[in-house]
Order: sequence, then structure tokens, then C-alpha cells
Amino acid sequence: MNFTNFGRYILLLKSVFRKPEKFKIYLKEISKQMDYVGVGSLGLIAIISTFIGAVMTLQIAFQLVSDFIPKTIIGSVNRDSSILELSPTISAIVLAGKIGSAISSEIGSMRVTEQIDALEIMGINAPGYLILPKIISGITMVPILVIISMFLSITGGYLGGSLSGAVTPAEYMQGITTDFNPYTIVVALVKAFVFGFIITSVPAYEGFYVRGGALEVSQASTRAVVISCISILVCDYLVTQLLL
Amino acid sequence: MIEVKDIDKSFGDNDVLMGISAKFEAGVTNLIIGASGSGKSTLLKCMVGLQKPDNGLVSYDEREFTTMDYGERIDIRKEIGMLFQGSALFDSMTVEENIMFPLNMFTEQSKEEKLERVNFCLKRVNLENTNKLFPAELSGGMMKRVGIARAISMNPKYLFCDEPNSGLDPKTSIVIDELIKEITEEYKTTTIVVTHDMNSVMGIGDYILFLHEGKKFWEGSNKEIAHTDIKELNDFVFASRFMKAAKDKF
Repeated sequence: MNFTNFGRYILLLKSVFRKPEKFKIYLKEISKQMDYVGVGSLGLIAIISTFIGAVMTLQIAFQLVSDFIPKTIIGSVNRDSSILELSPTISAIVLAGKIGSAISSEIGSMRVTEQIDALEIMGINAPGYLILPKIISGITMVPILVIISMFLSITGGYLGGSLSGAVTPAEYMQGITTDFNPYTIVVALVKAFVFGFIITSVPAYEGFYVRGGALEVSQASTRAVVISCISILVCDYLVTQLLL
Repeated sequence: MIEVKDIDKSFGDNDVLMGISAKFEAGVTNLIIGASGSGKSTLLKCMVGLQKPDNGLVSYDEREFTTMDYGERIDIRKEIGMLFQGSALFDSMTVEENIMFPLNMFTEQSKEEKLERVNFCLKRVNLENTNKLFPAELSGGMMKRVGIARAISMNPKYLFCDEPNSGLDPKTSIVIDELIKEITEEYKTTTIVVTHDMNSVMGIGDYILFLHEGKKFWEGSNKEIAHTDIKELNDFVFASRFMKAAKDKF
């Protein structure tokens, strides 16, 4: 994203946060988007998180070759990795692919078929009506999905460890309950909030300024996912640097 | 009445509109005609504010539109209905939801009142009992008629139609033209139609503005257009052999 695009992105966000024409209509749209972003992504996030947790346990156990290190450490490492990095970042990247491409192609198709012009002509703030509900659903539902992902990732670690015999359930449980720092949850939720904003606003921007036809809409969709993923990783680093 | 004064618009080095001035009266069907690339759609977009003219003024009943801030423009836009070239119906909504959309957004009517208005608009465009259909289930002509129904749902003072006949067969085109004319006369709207359809020009052109290469070349009525000596206009209007023969007989 060059500086011109960044400037246009900021100007678009300014239009997005104008006062809505009718709150009732916006609330209806927000609930629709929350259902799509949150409930619609729950299955995918659940599967990914559980398997990542299980695999993490096996890999930590594989790398723990010293007898001087207690096996309870497997639970501790899995817990902190899941909460601080894997759940927020992996979930966000997966959601950028699923939701980001959908948002970009939906808004892009509306642009090339003049539906956005139709909204503007009616006197409706098109960026507000189309993008604000998506951003609100992103910044509320992504943190909820991340909390669920944390829980399932740690549970997946428990299942993976128990089934493979890499760590006993008692050792794992002791590991995840020892030296827990609740601040890590705060860091993860800040990340989830930022990522939720990115994976809804960046694709919306790409879709909103599409020019052309079906090919350009699909190109914008790809660009939206790529830019979202890079932005997520950059912001991940910045938030971690700032908060830890 | 809508008035445009000295409108200039360019895209990079390409001058699309050069000093266009015209007055479009209420209660008559105003046509903007010209070949592809002559600037007629750009002029329409400048008039409704989808594009900003480089110079010039657009006023709606003495209200200066080009210099208005966002909030003031919204008030004018609530008085505008527009039929788009591709209809621009919201494809995830049914016909009923499409027409009800502006009513939901800007009125405090009850659901029954809104439904009554939707059914009235659908009846007006001869599309009763299509409420629950989606745009993808409609023919091109039906989509245009739903577009008109949505455009008139808020009782607009100004009606804009961007190539309402594109992609339609001649018979359906005439139906759409007649509908636009009837609505214009019935509701005394200021109607502006961008077209290059000669049936429309001859059939409903109460006032015609001819653009050529971004400049205003001619203005008049459909009765006067057959008697003009302007070569560019004659080349455009009487382009086909049939039309030339018809002009000679006329």
C-alpha cells in the first residue's frame, strides 16, 4: 500500500464513521455481519485451533530432550504460545482469507454494477452503510473467536498430549495452571481487536475503489487478502513490542 | 428546473466536457444525446454529484449544488431518483426490498404504509406480484421497470435516467420511454434522460441537448431536430440508411 492508497484509506475511514442515517437499519446490518463473521467462522476456527494445539504439544514434547526439564513445561509453553501468538495471529490470517476476500468481492461487485452509485444518489453514505457494520462486527467478533480459539487450542494440546502419551493429563493440567499471567490475555485481545479492524477495513477499501469488471474484482480480492495478511504480521510485531 | 452553467470536466489530458450550459425544465422529458464518448454520461454524473466538475455550476431550482457541503447535498439527493444503465438493483434484496429500501432509510412510515407504497410503484410500472422475486430472476426490461419503481418510490422532484433502453428490444424500449414520459408529466418531475436511442429522441424528446466531442452542439425539440443543418447532428441522428430515407421523405 503506497502513500496515496494509505491517504485514500484514511479518507474512506473518515466517511465510514459519519453519523448513520438510521441506527435501526445499521443495527440490523451489524447483526447480519456478526452472524457471518462470528458464527459463520466458528467451525473453521475450532478445527484449526484444536489441531494447532495438539500439534504444538507434540512438537514441544519432541524438542524437550533433557530429563532436567519437567514435562509440565509442555502445558505452560503451549498455553502461552496459544494465548499470545497462535490463537490471535493464525485465526486472523485464516479469517483474512475467508472474510477479507468475501468483503472485497461483495463491495467490489457492488461498485462495478453501480449499486454503490445508487446508494450515493439516494443520499445514503455508502461507505458508512456498507463498511461500518463490517468493521464493528470485525472488532467485536474476532476477539470472541480468539478467546474460543485459545480455549480450543489449549484443549487440543491436552487431547494431543494424552492420546499420544507425550505428556500425562495431570502434568499438562499442572503446566497450564502454573505461573499464569492474565496480562497475556489482555495482549491477545488487543491484537484481536487490531486484527479485526484490519481484516474488515482493508478488504472493504480494496473493494470500494475497484474500477473495471469481474477480473478487477477478483484481483482486488486477492490484493485485499495479501495486504491484510502483511498488515496483520506488521501490527502483530508492533503490538507485541509495545505491550510486552 | 435544473440548470448547468459552463461545466468543464477532464480526465488527465482528455477534455470530456467543455463549457456545457443548459436548462432542464420540470414536467418535460429532457434528453442528452450524443455518440459514445461525447461526454453525456459524465455530464449526468457531474449533475448528480457522482463526479466533481473542474469548473462550472449545477443548480436545482436555484439551489447551488456544486458548492454545497455534504449535509446539504444529502437533502437534494433525497429529492433525486435515478435509473441506472444496468438498473443497479441490490442483488441480495428482493424486488420489494429494493423499492422499500429508500423508504426504510428516510421515512418513519409503518410497514403496511411502506408495502402499500411499494405495491403502488410496482403497479405504476406494470409489475404487480413480483414482490418476492430477486433481480437475477427478472428480464432486462423488468429490471429497468423495477429500477424506475425504486427511483419514484420517494416521489422525486428530479428523475435521471442513464441510457434506460440499453440492452432492450425496441418494443420494450418504447414501453420504458412511455413510462418515463408518463411519470414526468404526471408528477411534474424534472426528468433528464441520457440516450443514443433514436426512437427515444423522436418519441419523447421534449427538449434535446446534443453533445459532440465534449461540446454543446445543438439544443431543441424532437420536432426541430429533423430540420437542422448541423452536419454532426445529422450524422448522428440519421446515421442509418433507413433514417436518412425517412428524413428525406419527412
